[in-house]
Amino acid sequence: MAGQELPYVLIDCIGGQRGVFEDHVELLEKHFHLITMKEYLENKKFLSEKITAIYIWYHKPVINEELLQSLPNLKIIASSGVGIDHLDLHLLSRYGVKVANTPFAVSTATADFAIALMLASSRRLVEGYQMAVSPNTEYFPANWLGDEVSGATLGIVGMGAIGYKVAQRAKAFEMKILYHNRNRRNKEEESAVGAVYCKKIDDLLQQSDFVLLSVTLTPQTHKLIGKRELELMKPTATLINISRGVVVDQDALVEALQNKVIKAAALDVTYPEPLPRDHPLLKLKNVIITPHIGSATKKTRSVMVENMTESIQAGLAGLPIPNEVLL
Amino acid sequence: MLRSKAFSVLKPIPLMFGQSNLACKCMHPAIASHGHHCHRRSVDYRQRYKTCPFSAGGRTISTSQTQVMAEELPGVLVLDIGGTHGVLENLAALLKKHFHLITMKEFLENKKEMSKKIQSIFVFECRPTIDQQLLESLPNLKVIGNSGVGVDHLDLKMISNFGVKVTNTPHAVADPTADMGMALMLASARRLVEGCQIAVSPETKCFAVDWMGVEVTRATLGIIGMGSIGYKVAQRARAFNMKILYHNRNRRRKDEEEAVGAHYCEKMEDLLQQSDFVMLVVNLTPETHKLIGKKELGLMKPTATLINISRGAVIDQDALVEALQKKIIRAAALDVTYPEPLPRDHPLLKLNNIIITPHIGTATVHAIHMMAEEAIANMLAVLSGQPIPSEVFPK
Repeated sequence: MAGQELPYVLIDCIGGQRGVFEDHVELLEKHFHLITMKEYLENKKFLSEKITAIYIWYHKPVINEELLQSLPNLKIIASSGVGIDHLDLHLLSRYGVKVANTPFAVSTATADFAIALMLASSRRLVEGYQMAVSPNTEYFPANWLGDEVSGATLGIVGMGAIGYKVAQRAKAFEMKILYHNRNRRNKEEESAVGAVYCKKIDDLLQQSDFVLLSVTLTPQTHKLIGKRELELMKPTATLINISRGVVVDQDALVEALQNKVIKAAALDVTYPEPLPRDHPLLKLKNVIITPHIGSATKKTRSVMVENMTESIQAGLAGLPIPNEVLL
Repeated sequence: MLRSKAFSVLKPIPLMFGQSNLACKCMHPAIASHGHHCHRRSVDYRQRYKTCPFSAGGRTISTSQTQVMAEELPGVLVLDIGGTHGVLENLAALLKKHFHLITMKEFLENKKEMSKKIQSIFVFECRPTIDQQLLESLPNLKVIGNSGVGVDHLDLKMISNFGVKVTNTPHAVADPTADMGMALMLASARRLVEGCQIAVSPETKCFAVDWMGVEVTRATLGIIGMGSIGYKVAQRARAFNMKILYHNRNRRRKDEEEAVGAHYCEKMEDLLQQSDFVMLVVNLTPETHKLIGKKELGLMKPTATLINISRGAVIDQDALVEALQKKIIRAAALDVTYPEPLPRDHPLLKLNNIIITPHIGTATVHAIHMMAEEAIANMLAVLSGQPIPSEVFPK
């Protein structure tokens, strides 16, 4: 057990389905004295003044004003993953608490997963698997076809670190790449991946065979893709979402898929997660849903832990914080 | 390049590009600027073969005239049109532009007359079966045009003894099959199929955070068989910063290796020991039959994944079952098995560390069309005595 002089860091819990990983605990305890939420609540009086950092692993513990008020010496929160829509940045700023995430750790695994979803959807991989293993299968029919990825047009909505890595991968499939972003990338970056900027998202939607959403969730991107946008898409197009469920108007999506306004969707994210078991999206044949596993690799998780550890240490030492999230 | 040279020789033979969305895909300036050979070739194709005698503007042709004209075309035998195993309707339409299309049923009902007309056979998804009896009954047969690149279902020696040529379609299959190899590698590594099952299962209450797959980016991919398909896999894998090893009958040129960052492994054992993903992209030949058996699986890393997009018989399937059950390797992803489909009680279907797909490596609308075009071009070349783009010779 680490000595008393190590900084006290609050976590939700260890192990189980959503807690901090057992094999990460060893690494973390080299640098921090970890306090679980349970331990904190049992000994609030003593611990509340000791805790100077919070290690958020997959959105837990939940940060509210009550918690902030009871932790007078809290300096920094490190949150796993890149999305920070579960944090109230204004609130945290008022309490003088700094925030860091792990944007780069997740980018390659998530970009890989976007390509995985695009290929699986267009080639009907999940359906194909079901046919291959079904007890009822007697033969493989000749007229069972998917669509080609190579040479098709990919429209990337949100060309940040993840979006750009998707473009790098898609280029090797000789895809034509369009992108829409808050800010245009520079010429070298564009030509390195052969990406063409679409100032108006409509142009991207109308020309793409695959539309990939890799934006941050902000008030501006909330329900970015609704009925209007889905109707602008080709009826042969596929929507792929690896950002956040609420970037898409889910009811409009259901309708679009049912009426074949678009061909298919592949969603790693929905709202809520998981969807209620009777949700129409679960019944549609032309949808693939995965359980928010865009960054779910061992390697990525290890890098996240390292990043978060560095950020907390820098924050507590008053040094510039790697991966700081600024308002 | 040999490819474009062979196609330019087909100038006098009219061929029409039917589908407009296909043409758009081929013509896109961004794609042309990538220097994609397949699309450039398709563009040349389209430019040369814009007209066809049957589409002379404004002139109407009576059905009887069409009938007569059709019957003057060389006969091509197919198993059937539509149905379970028949040639797809739109492919039949393509064939009819250049051939008198004769189904097996029509042939059998009128053998005497039909047998002389049949100069070619279009083999689609391994059908019709080419046996000695069939060859003996077709005195004017000159060519068997196979849709697809694998010809292990054809007895090349026997066919050659009848003086019949065999052609395949190596160009049309390359992109979609390489895409499928990547799809299987990514789906397996990231446990995509399992993930889908969790996402939709009635039992699912929350998503576990300690549920993970393995990383593809920067992992090591060992490609066994670096022909056109294997090379396209390497091109794609390079964009994922994968380290690429390859084993092949012949070593590729240095510039080809450098273009994809591939390292040659003269000994397959070296590739097996170092790879996180092993992908089989060989032809099926007597040499590659059961290429991957107990020994080879034992050499692979316990964290490795085996991907097969070649032929089921390249793997010793029983050895694979054992290796997967005992976690000697992490997982497998197979687009091909032996037989297809597997018997419904086969142990491979029960394992949870395997993905199987129903031989869909070229199952795209575009690929099926391109394969038919390539087969047609090959068959017509044989019948007109022109150089043959993709002839296959017995060993």
